[in-house]
Formats: sequence, C-alpha cells, structure tokens
Amino acid sequence: MKSAAKRIYIALIVLFLYAPIGTLMVLSFNASKTRAKWGGFSFKWYIALFQNEEILRALANTLLIALLSSLIATVIGTIACIAMTGMKRQAKSILMGITNIPMLNADIVTGISLMLLYISLGIRFGMGTILLSHITFNIPYVILSVMPRMKQLNPSTYEAALDLGSSPINAFFKVVFPDLLPGILSGFLMAFTMSLDDFIITHFTKGVGVDTLSTKIYTEIKKGIKPEMYALSSLIFVTVLTLLVLINLSPDKKEKK
Amino acid sequence: MKMNQRFRLNSIFVLLALLTVISLTGCTSSVKGVNGQVIVYNWGEYIDPETIRMFEEESGIKVIYDEFETNESMYPKVESGAVAYDIACPSDYMISRMIENGMLSEIDYEKIPNAKKNIGAEYYDQAKGFDPENKYAIPYCWGTVGILYNQTMVDEPITRWEQLWDEKYADNILMQDSVRDAFMVSEMLNGFSMNTLDPAELEIAKESLIRQKPLVQAYVVDQVRDKMIGGESAIGVIYSGEAIYTQQENPDLVYVIPEEGTNVWIDCWVILKNAPNKENAEKFIDFMCRPDIALINFEYITYSTPNVAARDLIEDESVKNSEIAFPDLSQYDNLETYVYLGEDGDSLYNELWKEVKSY
Repeated sequence: MKSAAKRIYIALIVLFLYAPIGTLMVLSFNASKTRAKWGGFSFKWYIALFQNEEILRALANTLLIALLSSLIATVIGTIACIAMTGMKRQAKSILMGITNIPMLNADIVTGISLMLLYISLGIRFGMGTILLSHITFNIPYVILSVMPRMKQLNPSTYEAALDLGSSPINAFFKVVFPDLLPGILSGFLMAFTMSLDDFIITHFTKGVGVDTLSTKIYTEIKKGIKPEMYALSSLIFVTVLTLLVLINLSPDKKEKK
Repeated sequence: MKMNQRFRLNSIFVLLALLTVISLTGCTSSVKGVNGQVIVYNWGEYIDPETIRMFEEESGIKVIYDEFETNESMYPKVESGAVAYDIACPSDYMISRMIENGMLSEIDYEKIPNAKKNIGAEYYDQAKGFDPENKYAIPYCWGTVGILYNQTMVDEPITRWEQLWDEKYADNILMQDSVRDAFMVSEMLNGFSMNTLDPAELEIAKESLIRQKPLVQAYVVDQVRDKMIGGESAIGVIYSGEAIYTQQENPDLVYVIPEEGTNVWIDCWVILKNAPNKENAEKFIDFMCRPDIALINFEYITYSTPNVAARDLIEDESVKNSEIAFPDLSQYDNLETYVYLGEDGDSLYNELWKEVKSY
C-alpha cells in the first residue's frame, strides 16, 4: 500500500515535470503550424530549422557564449577559491558574502546595472558585453561549488608534496587539483547551464543584431513562436538527456568491475 | 624556483587577459558594407529576411538588424542610447509619444520617393491621428481589431460589440489581455472615443467590462488564434492580420469589423533623431516601399500592407480583394487610432484595468 502510494507520487512528479516537454516534442512533428490541429506526422520543421540561418546563428552564439563564459568563470572562480583559503577568517567571510550577493540579486537588477555600467564606460554593446556579463554572474556559482571541496582538502598532503621536493605549482596540479576536480567540473557545468538559460541579463546587455536563443524566441511573441523552435528545443532536450544518461552510466560500470 | 613560479602565474593571467581581449574585439568590430551601414530596430518576424539580403546586395549597405517584442520594451532601449539605431518601426500611439519627446527626425520625402508614390493616401490620413502633419512616420503594416467567430457555434451572425455581452455566449468569449484593446471594446460599446480621458466615461467603460467578466472564457493575447482554430471558443477579439491565417486553418471562422467602430492600428517606419546613418536609413525605407519588395514582405508577414502598388501585384484575387486584409476604410466613419495618453493617462488606464482584472 505504502509503496504503491510512493510510486504514484513519483509518477505524478515525473508527469508534471515532463508533460510540457512531451507536448513540445509531439508538436515538433506536427505538419500543421497551429497547435490546435494535427496535420499529420512530418519532419518538415526539422528540415526548416537547419535552413534557417537566423536560428542557427542564435544557437551558435548561445553555445559560444555559454562555453567561453563558463570556462573563463571557472578559471577565475577557482583561482579566487585558492586565494580565499589563504586569507584570514574575517576577510574570507566578507569576500564570500560579496560573491554571494550577485546570486541572490534579482536578474533584472544585475542586467540593468550592467547595462548602465557599460553605457557610462562607453563600451559598445555586442557579443563582448554579453560575454562579460555572463562571466560576471557565473563566477559566484563556480566559487559556490569549488569552495566546499577546498575546505574538505587535507592540507597535509600538499605540505607532504612540498617536503618531498615538489615545486608549489607542481604540488598544486599533482595533489590539490585532482581533489578539486569534481567541484571544478560541477561548477563549470552549473555555470554553463546558467549561461545557456539566461534571458534577462542577456536582454539588457546584448548589442544590435546579436541574439541568443532565448532573446530570439522572445522576439517572436508578436507573430507567434515558429514550430522550428519546437524542433530545436526537442533536439536540445534529447542531446542533454543522452549526455546525462552517458555520464550516469559510466561510473556504474566501473563499480561493477 | 620562486621566480619560475611567479613567471608561470603571470603568464596564465596574461593569457587570460589576451583571450578576453581577443574575444571582445573579435566580436564588437562589425563588418561594414562598402557604403556603410544602417541599424534597424523592428518587431520580431516582421520582415522577410530575403528582402534585407536583397537590399544589402543592391545598395552595398550593411544592415544591422535588431528585433523587439513590444512597443514598451522598444522605447527604453532607444531612449537609453545604448545603441544608436537609425530606423525603428513602432506602433501609432508609441510614435506620438516619441514625437512628443523629440526622439524622431523629420522625413525628407524627396529622398524617399517610393513612400509618397506607392503608399495609399488614406493611410497617411489615418496616420494623422498620431502624426498630424505626416512629418515623421511612413506606414509599413496596418490592420483592424475585430471579432472572429465560429459560424457553427453561434445562432446568428455577430456584427456588434454588444453581442460580446450576450449571456447566450457565456464562457465562449475570448477577450484581449491588454489594457488599451480591452478598454477600446468597452468604449466603442458605450459610444465613447477610444482615447478618452474623461473619468466619468472611463468609469462607465470599466463597469461594462466588469459586467462582461463572468461571460469571458479567458483574457488572452496570442492564444486567440489557436483556441479559435481548435473550436475551443465561439467568439474572440483578434487582430485582422491573424484572421486570414485562422480562416485558412478553419473555414468556419468569420471575421467582422463591428458596427460600433473599432481601432485601426498602423506600424510605421520612423527615422530616429540621432540616427548616425540618416542617408542609408532613407535608402532602406525607400527600398522597403518598393512594390515588389513590399509584396514579398506582405506574403511573409500576412499583415495588411498600406502599399497600394504592392496590393495591385497580388495574383490571388481572393487575397487581393479580401475584406479582411483590405477593408475599404472610407466605408467606416468610426475607425480610430490610438494616441499616446501621457503618463497620467497611462497610469489611469492601468489602474482601472487592474480593478477589472481583480474584481
């Protein structure tokens, strides 16, 4: 009885989470342009998608910005974490608080303040401003996921490496870095998804003619969102799903061996 | 040892800085065309991308094209000056607001011969509602707001706004979820101007909307289209531009301009006051007013074009003479365009609309 209730509960959660995505994927195969009518099964929106230069350019922009910004933020964030471990307690907690603020801050506030900053500095809006903004809001997420790992480290291993004649840099990359790696990776992934997701900050800091997927979809509101977007969203979802399955499968195999 | 370490750290920073600089400069420096560039700010999906390509090829001017989703989101972007746009395409009431705030530059019709030649005089007349001397705006797309109804779901033809208050159609009516459009319906019903600022009239209009509320199935924006095609509702308030498309999908649907009168909206090209490439902007607008180009855009957007010469080129007679796409404006004497109501007027409307929605 109890386990049946549990199963139904889980099933409901999964249903609510995935019903919208399921609807979208079904609609992406609808030959008719309207959601109200089933015009037959068709791949035509997928074909149209790969012929639509604007959508593809927006997709390329989105991926490029997500990749660059999360990479740079990961490097900066990790270095910041290393620096913070060497700080006094008070200074450390102050710095930690400062880096947390952008995360708690509403996106729209961050977006508008960045826009005003760029205007007052006379920076031209374009890909560069989007990238800078994304790096800015990504850094706290990296710090948030690297810092706990840093605290778990046993400082003796690093000192032992030094005692055995390793240079500090060498000791860092050979001893500290491998222990930090899971934190760095999850920070990178979090930053990547944050950047991929972002609409509001991009909306305020983007330049003319530069669009990411989210801003591109938003401009289609007046005339209705084109079914090509359904197709693209389905493709992205399937890609992410396969990636997740692959990542989650491989450690299991190792353990079995 | 220590030197070595510092050197390595430094080189990491230098590399990082270089990477950032490269990515920044690589992206911000936009390629200019042989004859410079023009920066256009238009509604999303409001032009056939092919026509931009054709313009670039013919003129050697690089078009930097940017899109907005509402008049309200366009305005602060232009005003902030973060980007110096040359051309924008706002709607009627927003144009009057921009004129009032001195954001537009006067049109030199000599430089844009196609604008006077191809665009119908009746549309310039209609535009006088927000641009009294036709000094700033060149009509690009227009349409009416009307009633779309499903023949199989109503007892008699719908011809008046009044019928949206008929209890027979309870739970079968879709209203627009926007202040001006909702109040326009109610103001027309009561015989007021849709730009009225008279508190007594607005109070009556508000009462009417509250009276209608129990009959309304939903206040929606772009779902009217899909809901009407799917037969989920009998009557909906919709823009004429969407009506043709819905009829193609569901032949039972009929679009009417209500007898009490309605709103005519016009989206126009305007050149901004501080346009850095004014000459190119004029060339761009002139190109878009060419009949063949306007026809391509009409077929892509499917919103009515004010370009009479382009309409003559339409091959499909049923579209060319469509009462929906091209109603004879002279037949109606109660069509109005929205004008900017001023900040106080806007907040008064918003306040009343909030009362309706929360009633």
